[in-house]
Formats: sequence, C-alpha cells, structure tokens
Amino acid sequence: MSVLSAFAVLIDGLVYAAYLFIVAIGLTLIFGVMKILNVAHGSFFTFGAYGAASAVGIYFNRGLPDAGGYLLMVLFAMALGLVLGLILERGIMRWVYGRDEVVMVLVTYAAFLILEDVVILVWGPGSYATYQPLLAAGNIEIGELVVSNYDLGLIAAAAVLAAIYYWALKFTRYGRLLTAVIFDRETAAAFGINVRVVYTVTFVIGAMLGALGGAIMAPKIAVTLGIGVEVIVLAFAVVAIGGMGSIEGALAGALIVGICRAATVHLVPQVELFVIYAVMALVLMIRPYGLFVRAQPRKI
Amino acid sequence: MLFGGSARGRACCWLVLFVSWLGVVPTQAQNAPSGGTVKLGIVSFLTGPAAAPFGIPGRNGAEIMIEAMNAGKVPAPFNKPGFGGSTIEAKYIDETGSTANVVTEFRNLVQRDQVDAVVGYVSSGSCLAVTPVAEELRALTVLYDCGTPRIFEEKPRSYVFRVSPHATMDNVAAARYLLAKKSDVTSYSGINQNYAWGQDSWRDFTAAMQVLAPNVAVDKVLFPKLFAGEYGAEISTLLTSKSQVLHTSFYDGDLEAFIYQGQARALDKRMTIIATTGEAAIWRLRDKMPSGTIVGARGPHGPLAPDSEFNRWFQKIYSDRYSIPPTYPAYQMAMSLLGLKLAYEKAKTEKDKTGEAKPTTDEVAAAFKGIEFEGPSGSVKLAIGDGHQGISETAYGTYRFNKEKNEPEIVDIVRFPAECVNPPAGVKADDWIKGGMKGAKC
Repeated sequence: MSVLSAFAVLIDGLVYAAYLFIVAIGLTLIFGVMKILNVAHGSFFTFGAYGAASAVGIYFNRGLPDAGGYLLMVLFAMALGLVLGLILERGIMRWVYGRDEVVMVLVTYAAFLILEDVVILVWGPGSYATYQPLLAAGNIEIGELVVSNYDLGLIAAAAVLAAIYYWALKFTRYGRLLTAVIFDRETAAAFGINVRVVYTVTFVIGAMLGALGGAIMAPKIAVTLGIGVEVIVLAFAVVAIGGMGSIEGALAGALIVGICRAATVHLVPQVELFVIYAVMALVLMIRPYGLFVRAQPRKI
Repeated sequence: MLFGGSARGRACCWLVLFVSWLGVVPTQAQNAPSGGTVKLGIVSFLTGPAAAPFGIPGRNGAEIMIEAMNAGKVPAPFNKPGFGGSTIEAKYIDETGSTANVVTEFRNLVQRDQVDAVVGYVSSGSCLAVTPVAEELRALTVLYDCGTPRIFEEKPRSYVFRVSPHATMDNVAAARYLLAKKSDVTSYSGINQNYAWGQDSWRDFTAAMQVLAPNVAVDKVLFPKLFAGEYGAEISTLLTSKSQVLHTSFYDGDLEAFIYQGQARALDKRMTIIATTGEAAIWRLRDKMPSGTIVGARGPHGPLAPDSEFNRWFQKIYSDRYSIPPTYPAYQMAMSLLGLKLAYEKAKTEKDKTGEAKPTTDEVAAAFKGIEFEGPSGSVKLAIGDGHQGISETAYGTYRFNKEKNEPEIVDIVRFPAECVNPPAGVKADDWIKGGMKGAKC
C-alpha cells in the first residue's frame, strides 16, 4: 500500500467514523440513561435530514451568504429534533417507563413506523438534494488526493461534539446527576434526583443529536425515505462494538468501523458489504458486552 | 310446501321474488365478464430512493398513456379506445419493500384483484422474484424497466414479456461509444451496485471491452451496497487510481449522491464517467451533472429518442401534465403498454370472429410473442427470449448543460442498430459477448 493510499484510508476512515459517531452518540446516550434501545432514533436522523434539506433549499435559493446556510441547517434540524423528542417522550415513552426492555424496543419500533409515514405526509415520497453546503465548502488537494472541506468539517464537528459531551458529563452539575442516574436509577432517586426530568432531558438531547446527524449528512446523500433504516442498523453495530451506553465505546466503535471499512474499500472491495458486521461479530465473540461496557453493580 | 298459506300471502311472496330478481339481474350483468373492462396492475417505486428518478416517471407514463388510450387519442395504429374497445382500469402498487413483499403484492394483484395483466417492476431483483410466480399463476406480466438478461436466459417463459431491451445492449453500446470517442483509453474502473443489476451491467461492459479493446486494462472494481449513500472511500480509491474512465450503472438516489460527492472532490476532472442510466437524472441534476459525462437512456428514449410524430406527441402530453420532460422510465412504460395493447387487440380480433367477448390470458400471450411495432422510442421487436424479449436500436451521447437555454442537452449522439448491440435469438448474452459478439451488424 502506498503512502497516498494509506493516507486516503485514514481520511476516509475518519470521515466515516465521524458520521457514525454523530449518529450513534444520541442512541448510546438514551440507552445509557434510560435503558431503551431506541429504534425511533432512525426517525430523528430522517427528520433532521429532511428538515435540513427544506431549510437549505429555501435559504440557498435566495442567494444568501453560504455561512448562514450551515448555521440554519444545523439549528433547524436540532429544533426539529427537540420538538419531535418532546412529543415522543411526553406522548408515548413516559407511559411505558419501567416496562420490560423488549416492550420498550417494540414501542420505539412502532413510533419509527408511524414517523416514516409522517415523513411521507409532510415531504411526500420524492427525494431531496441538498448539495449546496457540500459544493460551497470547496476542497483541498493533498498529493493526488482531493479532499472535500465539508468532510474535514465533519471530522471537526464530531471531535467538538465528543469534547463537549465529555466536558458536560464530567464538569457540569447536570452531567453529575446524569452519571448518578446511569449508575443506579433507584439510588439516584433516593438521593432526591428527579429521574423523570432527567429522562425527559436525556431523550430530547438524544433526539436532537439524531437530528443533527441527519442534518450534517443531508448534503452528502440523497435525502429520501428509508435513510433512517440504514442509519439505525449502522448505529446499532457501532454501539454494540463499543458497549451499550458508553460514549467512549461509541467513539471507539465508530473509529474501528470507519477505518476497517475504508481499508476494505481500498484493498479488498469485494468484502466491503459485510466487513462492518464481521468486525462486530469478532468483537462480540471476544467481549460479549462490547469494548467499553460499564461494570454493573451487583444488587443484593 | 313452497309459498304455502293464503293466496294473498303467495302473491306477496311472488312479488318479493320478482322485485328481488329485478334487483339481481343488473348486478349479475355487471359481474359477468362482458369484456367492458381490462384491469391492469401497475407496479413501480412510488416511495423510496428509486421513486423520484424512476418509479414516479414510470407511473406517470402509465397514467397518461392509459388516459390517452381510453380516450382513443394515441396516434394510429393505437387509436382504438382502451384495449380493443375495453376500458382500461389501472391499480397502482408500490414496489418498495422486501422481495417477499413484492411477491405478495403480485399475488394479491393476480389472485385477489383478478387483474388481467401486470405491468411493472424497476428492480432486477423484483423481476427475478416475480417471474417464476407469474409463470406459476399463469398471469400475463410485462416487465417494464428492469434490465437483467437472466429473465429469459434461465428458462423459457410463457406468460412473462419484456418489451424494453435488457442491460446487455446498454453496456455493449457503452463500450462501443467509449471506444469510438476515446480511442486512446488505456484503463478504466467501475462502480456498480452490489446486486443483480450492477453485477450484470459490469460483467457485460468488461466482457465487451475485452472483445473490442483487449489491451485496455481494468483498474478498480467497486461494488458498494444498494442505497449506500456515502461514497467517500470509493471516491478516494478512484482518485488514487490511474483510470481514465469510470463505468457506472448507478441509478436513483445513489447516482445523484455519487455525482454530488464526486463533484465536491473533482472526480469528474480526473476521469470520464459513463452513466448507463444517466439520462434519468439529467433533469434533476441539471448543471450538477458533469459536462462530458457519457450518458445512456437504456434505449432510444428521452433526448436520445428518434424525432418522430409519435415521440413529439408523447413528449407534449407528458410535459404538459407533469411540467417536466419524460425520462426513459416513462418511455419504457409507454412502450410496454403499447405492446400489451397491440397483443390484446390482436388476440381480441381473433375472438371477435367467434363472437366471444374477451381473449384469455393464453390467447393474449400467444399474440404477444414476437410482435413488432413503432412507438415513441422508435421500432421494437420481441425477437429474442423465444419472442418474449424486445430488442431495439439504442443510442449514447455526451452530456452538457446548455447555459443559454438553461436546460440539459445530450450532444454527439451515436445510434447503434439493434443487431449490433443485442445477442441473436437463442444465444445467452454473456456467451455472445465472450464469443466475440459474432453476427453483430453494426
């Protein structure tokens, strides 16, 4: 493998890992706090992508400055995630807290199916193109390799998100409350933490992160029905590799999957189709609960 | 004792029976197979990534063509209203979903809705799944868009037809066009979706290149999964290759996403892209489709269609209704419906001689075999696959966006006769190409 190819694998792997991390972080946050495997996370991604496509389309068609378009894309999608998260949590999820985890999965799956139809009602069956932010960002040449500035921005966005998350969890009051709930919900409640409020806030933040993932990816893909399904499968794989509920795990899982996939496309493209799942199977064979699974307290 | 009792009571009973009979007679007459209606199931992607560029134009092509047929407004010789005087009733079904779901919907159309024929399917996967079921149910089925040559090569079919030529033609013509326009090409790569359509397309293109230009090397071979959406690693692989040309049979959102991502990284500046289905995307991509891209339309459709009165008529009714010119899936649907109409009317003419109302499925299928006709896409003949598979001439051209007219256009068009780019009857496409394309009349 030449130096250029190795560099290409690194860049491609980081870009793909950034995408996976942004999508998976919300999923793993909700699972870590609420122990809900949220299938509707794919819908948050879809709504974020469609919302961004609509906002960007209107903004760029008016010939306004490019920078505002990026901001609008992100803010609009996150606002959509906030509203959707609140509706889902207040309207459905709070009625099933405490039920069996399988029931929770089925409830979120039902919500996912309903929201897929809501997308058709709102945006119709056609696909949307949101290429303006991608093309407006330009590119840089590194040797023979041309790298999109938008992709580099994606890596930076994922890094900033990881840093904010780490800081918020370790150094803010809410982060400490969250850590207490993650560690033991009942004990946290006994110490006076309003677990219901923590749940609501966590679910909404998770929804906003899912929508943010959709908004950031919208300029690179054709925004169309079914994108949420693809994403949720990939996000589950990343979260399973890293360990359910672990943010460090999501980061590690995204990096492993991203680099492995990029290396496969460059070196052995024939096996690209299943490399992600092969990596997942391999990790789970060695560590059945993922790489960064949190130690579980034994209750007597 | 039947209707026992008083005379008045018996009279009442007879009256009730008589009134009931009056009510039943028209109902029975309506339910009887009068030949007044022909029910068609139209299957296409109505949602999902393939809907906007393929499924919806195909569906629109069906809607507008059926309306024109029912009104008797299709140019001669198709100007008899409906199918031989019978009104066409269409039921539209979404092709989106798993293959199992596609087959279930097909069974529903045939067994529950009792349609007379099914016209549909964009995905080669759907066509491969539905074909054996159509044979099992003896249901007349016209595949309108899918391109895999395997349909009639795996087994002879009795009830399945495809007016649109298969993908071999697209890829042999692509190779011929490429070599005619870029004779100095030394290596090429391919990116195709990892399922029947993509694999067959790449197989035919590389085999044709091997025959026509054996010294041209294959470089990168990429098969991302269907609807992958993100092609960063694939584009890097291509950018670090030495290829001058990239072959792709990508369609739908995959093609659009790949073009956008490729443009963002100047892929089109490094290599010429051959998009065998590119025509379906030109009205959506407009100036974002790289100038110089070699585009096909899976036959002589859209801007590659011959200039004829029939074509102008079709373009006008379609553009007037949907405010966008018809792309090749709309043409393929129109041609498929015209073929079915012709077969139905041919079978019905025979029936009319005996005074019977409606031809049977077997009679329509028999009439369909080997038919030849002129439509908006020019001439088509069901010459291969034992008279079940159409062949036609095809064309390729080079894309550019005309800034003065503010619309896409395809220039430098080269036409290839049907016998130049299609295998002869009884020969498998793969064998024909690998055998040196013997008998090709170019």
